[in-house]
Amino acid sequence: MNHSPTIIAFLCNWCAYTGADLAGTSRLHYAPNVRIIRVMCSGRIEPAFVLKAFREGADGVLVCGCHPGDCHYQEGNYKCLRQFKLLQKFTQQAGIEKERLRLEWISASEGQQFAELVNSMTELLSLMPRKKQKILQEVEP
Amino acid sequence: MASDSKIAKPKLKLAVYWASSCGGCCVSVLDTHEKLLDIVAAADPVFWPIAMDIKYHDVEAMEDQSIDLTLFNGAVRNSENRHMARVLRDKSKILVAYGACAGMGGIPGLANFFTKEDLFRRVYDDSESTVNPDRIRPMPVSEVPEGTLEIPGFFNRVYALDQVVEVDYYIPGCPPQSERLIEVFTAVVTGANLPPKGSVVGAGEKTNCEDCLRIKSENKKVSRFYRPWEIQEDKKSCFLEQGIICMGPATRSGCGVRCVAGNSPCRGCYGPPSTTDDAGARMMAAISSMIDSDQPETIDEAVSTIADPGGLFYRFSLPASILEKP
Repeated sequence: MNHSPTIIAFLCNWCAYTGADLAGTSRLHYAPNVRIIRVMCSGRIEPAFVLKAFREGADGVLVCGCHPGDCHYQEGNYKCLRQFKLLQKFTQQAGIEKERLRLEWISASEGQQFAELVNSMTELLSLMPRKKQKILQEVEP
Repeated sequence: MASDSKIAKPKLKLAVYWASSCGGCCVSVLDTHEKLLDIVAAADPVFWPIAMDIKYHDVEAMEDQSIDLTLFNGAVRNSENRHMARVLRDKSKILVAYGACAGMGGIPGLANFFTKEDLFRRVYDDSESTVNPDRIRPMPVSEVPEGTLEIPGFFNRVYALDQVVEVDYYIPGCPPQSERLIEVFTAVVTGANLPPKGSVVGAGEKTNCEDCLRIKSENKKVSRFYRPWEIQEDKKSCFLEQGIICMGPATRSGCGVRCVAGNSPCRGCYGPPSTTDDAGARMMAAISSMIDSDQPETIDEAVSTIADPGGLFYRFSLPASILEKP
């Protein structure tokens, strides 16, 4: 069943956000489902941020940083990669499907790639059932 | 008996209740040893299922606010737990979430990784020792020739106490250290200035690492992690530096680092320190930063040595985690 998913994207200031900006200034059309949050470095994206996004009802979370070797702060993106790998293992355990959490490297010149990434993720998530919302309160008998 | 007449103030009324718990918290109250005599000299236990025969209807008949201090341990798993949480909230002046289960959901809270249906299927159909061809499941209400039988309704998930009723204070731990209980109890009895409502009492503000006596170096890089039984640890240096996951960096101090003193890594029962509200997420950030690699494949290998990140990082706190908090 198709639906319109909400994707929270955490983009690093130097590459990924600039890449997304380029997609905009190049007037590329891409899915409006993404909500971008800019951070200074992908290494700053703590597991807590991603969990909060899912908690607040995001269908997917996208984490983007500079390509390996290109980090503005030398190695923040590697820090991101390590956090992401461990977080991914946990989120799957917590019942969040693998497709809902993605890490991609986007350079400042890759506006086109960013647009395609958002489109493909939006399409994939729209074909999946909506993210199951946890039962957080018991119905009174 | 003679000493009673010397106490000018009326004795406090004390209740200790267990909801979804193992009983260890109630035992930790008894573990105050001879100090227990001081406690009962200053307070009358009016309700304490592990130690006294008082029925629920006796508690329900008490006047509101008639109990001075209630130590509520255990998580809220079913309708009985919730009912007693509400009753004790009404009857108590001070309601304390006592222990990790009442405070954060605790070990029973790990059930929140599964649905109620998953749990019932495992317990009543699939488990190796179960023979249940008629697929009988517990029903909250059942009719038998003798009349109607009722049992508590099993909830979809486990709740921490503050997710069901308002809580005045939290005493963390699995179980709380008895010394801390005595400190808190003394503060209540003497009418000392109590901290603001909602505070964690009987524990420190910082992390367990601050109290830990193990030798720490700057080098925290490891290529893989070990479960405690997989490695012979050296009994003196930081567990993390040896690749054994220790929850110390994301756990509130106050226990006296007893597990580490006993050569076992911290499990995180005191919950997150005051600087964070989700110990598991904090710990995932800390642990991942220790992996000594930039390559996806070797990072995968290191992560694969953490068999159960959910159960490890959220061992006591899943219902109170970012992902689960109502």
